[in-house]
Amino acid sequence: MIVLDKNRKRVLGTERLNTREHKSRSDNSELNVMVSVRGLNFYYGRNQALFDNNIDIFERQVTAIIGPSGCGKSTHIRTYNRIYELYRDQRVEGQIILDGQNILENKVDLIHLRQKVGMIFQKPSPFPMSIFDNVAYGLRQHNKIPRGELEGRVEDALKRAALWDEVQNQLYQPGTQLSGGQQQRLCIARAIAVEPVILLMDEPCSAIDPIATSKIEDLIEILKKKYTIVLVTHNMQQAARVSDYTAFFYQGRIIEFGKTSQIFENPSKKQTEDYVTGRFG
Amino acid sequence: MKPRSNAKRVFINRLVMAISAAVSGLFLFILGWVLYEVVMRGGAALNFSFFTKLPTPPGIPGGGLANAIIGTLMMAVLAIAIGVPIGLLAGVYLSEFGQESRFANAVRFVCNVLMGTPSIIIGMFVYALLVVPTHRFSGYAGAVALAILMLPVVTKTTEDILKLVPNTLRESALALAAPRWKVTLGVVFRAGKSGLLTGILLAIARISGETAPLLFTALNSPYWPRKFHEPVANLTVTIFNYAMSPYTDWQQKAWGASLLITTSVLLLTLIARFALVENRK
Repeated sequence: MIVLDKNRKRVLGTERLNTREHKSRSDNSELNVMVSVRGLNFYYGRNQALFDNNIDIFERQVTAIIGPSGCGKSTHIRTYNRIYELYRDQRVEGQIILDGQNILENKVDLIHLRQKVGMIFQKPSPFPMSIFDNVAYGLRQHNKIPRGELEGRVEDALKRAALWDEVQNQLYQPGTQLSGGQQQRLCIARAIAVEPVILLMDEPCSAIDPIATSKIEDLIEILKKKYTIVLVTHNMQQAARVSDYTAFFYQGRIIEFGKTSQIFENPSKKQTEDYVTGRFG
Repeated sequence: MKPRSNAKRVFINRLVMAISAAVSGLFLFILGWVLYEVVMRGGAALNFSFFTKLPTPPGIPGGGLANAIIGTLMMAVLAIAIGVPIGLLAGVYLSEFGQESRFANAVRFVCNVLMGTPSIIIGMFVYALLVVPTHRFSGYAGAVALAILMLPVVTKTTEDILKLVPNTLRESALALAAPRWKVTLGVVFRAGKSGLLTGILLAIARISGETAPLLFTALNSPYWPRKFHEPVANLTVTIFNYAMSPYTDWQQKAWGASLLITTSVLLLTLIARFALVENRK
């Protein structure tokens, strides 16, 4: 069980987190820390949205981030690939260590970072081009791939996103013509086609129907064998169903972080208990 | 407090509706009248030689305005070649990169001022800039004046259309590790392409009826537009000259040219409308 609190940051230096400490503390001793976040603050203009976030994301595990609307769940994971930099007034402080490097440093190449850290968004957002080109988009950015190999990799990505059977005969139709759930799986295919290490999912099921949701949940189960997944969700049942670890956010702070079973069955903080039992939020 | 009379409220409602309907009707009537006059008087002037022959001196029957038609087209093409790329790039800057920065706001302000600047002033400006130093009226100067007139229209519509493209598309493409310029060209432009086309068409429609900026720059010419560093024949200045001449033959040709321009603008506007409708689907 891991409970992060404010004192933790002071103990840890700026170096990459001492992973042994976590291994001994966690129940599953062979887990590696993939990302460690230290002292993360986030600002929208003058409004501070995240306060001293500290968390470790374990390799090939699903980490769910739960909490009431506006608590900073999405804001938090949007720092992992620095996608917030699209907006001029958003700014971050602190450290996010990935592969021994603080990815928030200016010198970090965003293209390399985003090749490693893929993202699925709340609203399915197929590009205005064919299904094939959607999946090939990321691949084409960085590689000159012969057509035959490209076709193979597109097919592979669509298969792994459990979409191939539904679209194999309409690869050259616009991606925007698919249903919402299919569009979201297309976005997943597009993201895993570039072979990231981490997959950020920002409420991937909130805009689609229950059947499509269960398909995506099944998919997460399969994908976690290969990828480290961080899943933001406002659906507590979903977090309980698919995640290994859960972080509870409230008003921009990480109130509690630990194994999902512990967070839901035996939370150590009163606020967490109130939230997971549905007393607020 | 006395309740207001219901009958009075209904009466005022009907009165306001009747007045606005009458004003709209009057407006339509005037437009219809203009079109009717142009078609009736100009239609007679349009024949094969109108489109194929050079103008004849007054008193000699026959001849046409082929040189002015070609000259107008050539200047429009050159103006588009200058104005559209600059306008598109400026619009891209405002929407994608400058956003709310001080410089972007200054550009926006200048753009609005330029949009409201009377075209004759643009003509004077280009006269001072290109005609006076070279001591000759020229097609180049005319095209530059028209390009300047197009600039604010293209810039503004480009910015507006690109702002309509949802940010989720930009974020998705950036998250796939695409560089910003590729996101803009490959995804954002594609999503807004019919809107951008509409903006360009409307800008062309705007310049195709302009006379004032050409009076000081391209002037006019009774010859084929062979060299662009000489005065170039064009329809609008021809209308201006012919309509004020005492010769009925020339006056009729002016009506014919008016019909030609009106029809072109009407067609461009219609195409732009359909392009926009296609975009909304």
